[in-house]
Amino acid sequence: MEWLNEFPAMDKTALRELKKGIDSGFRAWTREHGDAVEAFFEPIKQMLIWSEKFLLNTPWPIILFGIVAIAWFASRSWKITLMTFLTMVLIGYFDMWDNTMRTISIMLVSTFVSIVLGIPIGIAMSKSDKLQSLVTPILDVMQTMPGFVYLIPVVMLLGIGKVPGLLAVVIYAIPPIIRLTNLGIRMVDKEVLEAADAFGSSAWQRLKNVQIPLAMPTIMAGINQTIMMALALVVIASMIGVKGLGQPVLQAIANQYFTLGMFNGLAIVGVAIIFDRVSQAYGKRLQSHSEVVHGK
Amino acid sequence: MESEAKVGMDKQNSSVEIRGLYKIFGKRPKHFLQAVKDGMSKQELQEKHGHVLGLKDINLSMAAGSIQVVMGLSGSGKSTLIRHINRLIDPTAGEVIVGGEDVCQMNSRALREFRRHQTAMVFQKFGLLPHRTVINNVVYGLEVQGVPRDRQESEARRWIDRVGLSGFEDNFPNQLSGGMQQRVGLARALANDAPLLLMDEAFSALDPLIRMDMQSVLLDLQSELKKTIVFITHDVDEALRLGDRIAILRDGEVIQEGTGQDIVLEPADEYIQNFVKDVNRGRVILTESVMSDGPHADAVSEINATDHLETAARKMSEDEVVAVNITDDEGKVVGHLDMESTVAAIVKQEDRHSSPDDRT
Repeated sequence: MEWLNEFPAMDKTALRELKKGIDSGFRAWTREHGDAVEAFFEPIKQMLIWSEKFLLNTPWPIILFGIVAIAWFASRSWKITLMTFLTMVLIGYFDMWDNTMRTISIMLVSTFVSIVLGIPIGIAMSKSDKLQSLVTPILDVMQTMPGFVYLIPVVMLLGIGKVPGLLAVVIYAIPPIIRLTNLGIRMVDKEVLEAADAFGSSAWQRLKNVQIPLAMPTIMAGINQTIMMALALVVIASMIGVKGLGQPVLQAIANQYFTLGMFNGLAIVGVAIIFDRVSQAYGKRLQSHSEVVHGK
Repeated sequence: MESEAKVGMDKQNSSVEIRGLYKIFGKRPKHFLQAVKDGMSKQELQEKHGHVLGLKDINLSMAAGSIQVVMGLSGSGKSTLIRHINRLIDPTAGEVIVGGEDVCQMNSRALREFRRHQTAMVFQKFGLLPHRTVINNVVYGLEVQGVPRDRQESEARRWIDRVGLSGFEDNFPNQLSGGMQQRVGLARALANDAPLLLMDEAFSALDPLIRMDMQSVLLDLQSELKKTIVFITHDVDEALRLGDRIAILRDGEVIQEGTGQDIVLEPADEYIQNFVKDVNRGRVILTESVMSDGPHADAVSEINATDHLETAARKMSEDEVVAVNITDDEGKVVGHLDMESTVAAIVKQEDRHSSPDDRT
């Protein structure tokens, strides 16, 4: 009755061989194609380096002014602008300016990559039920797989550094924008679409004039989620050499530096709140046409 | 330029000819087509095979420049029918010939050109783009056609003005009332300058006074534009007021087609009888259908043979006489109408259908 007490698992030697086989197969593949893969990601690497240099080398008052100006023009809210200003000043005062710039840099680039890849994928998904049923489980895996697990193949392939960090962040952060683009387009009012068709819109005109604008609030919610998730992953990404606010946190965990961890953690929260409030306020302002309703 | 010349030519003849049109909704519509043609009922198709019979053997001729009303209750297939004319819905079988061309045979490119230049549509729930202002909604058809922006705007402003929305160009649709939104829908359709106008329950979402108002706007425009208009409604008064001809649809079949007077005077069955029993017959029946031959000795004035009975009754009471002479379009007296027969024709109801018990 032994099989009742212990699950009849695969033979131990066979299992070891299987794992070994897959590992060595992948390793052989990376050895063969590693250079090509690296070359493929070269433009992204350059972009990362450029944006980090830009944020770090520009004198801080200009960057501070720029961030506050963006907050104002996107939200048109004194409250949000003032909060942005104070948060950034506090971050600088507690000597976390450079790390914050590094974190913002990788977050901006990974959000950009997520938008550039995610919106077209979401659009394609909204047009085909087959594609949707294919992509949805992949997104589920991407979102639920623990971050550390997909860091392994990424590191094997690209070593440690900025690009693998970016890949990890994008894999984690891209699902919401794909999902919400798909959802937003699928929710567009059928009668408005019918009207667009009745006037002879081409597929592109329909997408550009009707589907994207009407799905915009939902897509903006996706972008907002993507930014938040990208920030959430900076600590994990710091494990593979991404510099920024995550590294001191990692150091603090290893050495039990409570205050160091707290300060950097709060800085991440501060940056997250700024980007969240500003992007939401911007999304809402885009929808200003729906605010004034007849009879109210 | 070539396409414009072609469009101009087609505008001469924008009649709509529907022949043997069938629509079955479901997974395998073609499979059940023959069975339906052989007489399988809507119920049987639905209960045994899970397919819905949308339209069954529709044959309709709509003359260019006239208003064809298609009337029916919800679920009768009227919205399905109008969507076949610009092929928003693909038929299972049959032909829809607009201006000599079969819409069902067009490839997607030809269909798009057809929709851009030959048709325009007005929707029950307006179908406006909520993120665009009134003027940017009205230019939509022209924008899709690729007309230069300044001409789009001048055309749009002309039609916005024509439907009485001047001053609202820069408002968003949800800042307007339902009636005003539908004026935007109408202006958008008219700006397209297409000879065929499809109106799917265009005024049904509006309250009665606004609806009457919009009907007047439409009739007024039509007297000048002479488009071919297909108008879907479930409201018999609207149908009689607007329709040069009326087709009545039930369960996806045309059960009667004719002028408003035909339908009121000789309803094909009880279903239609129920539809028309509360209609103001004085405003539907023409004097020529009730008149007696020759002039009347007491008559002091004349009215046209295509005037309604109500006009005749009003004339007689104004003149304080009991008869009026009827003339044709050239002014020749072709008959007369006395008060007695006028009143009889207005109030006449089939007894068996108008007894109080029936009026539930």
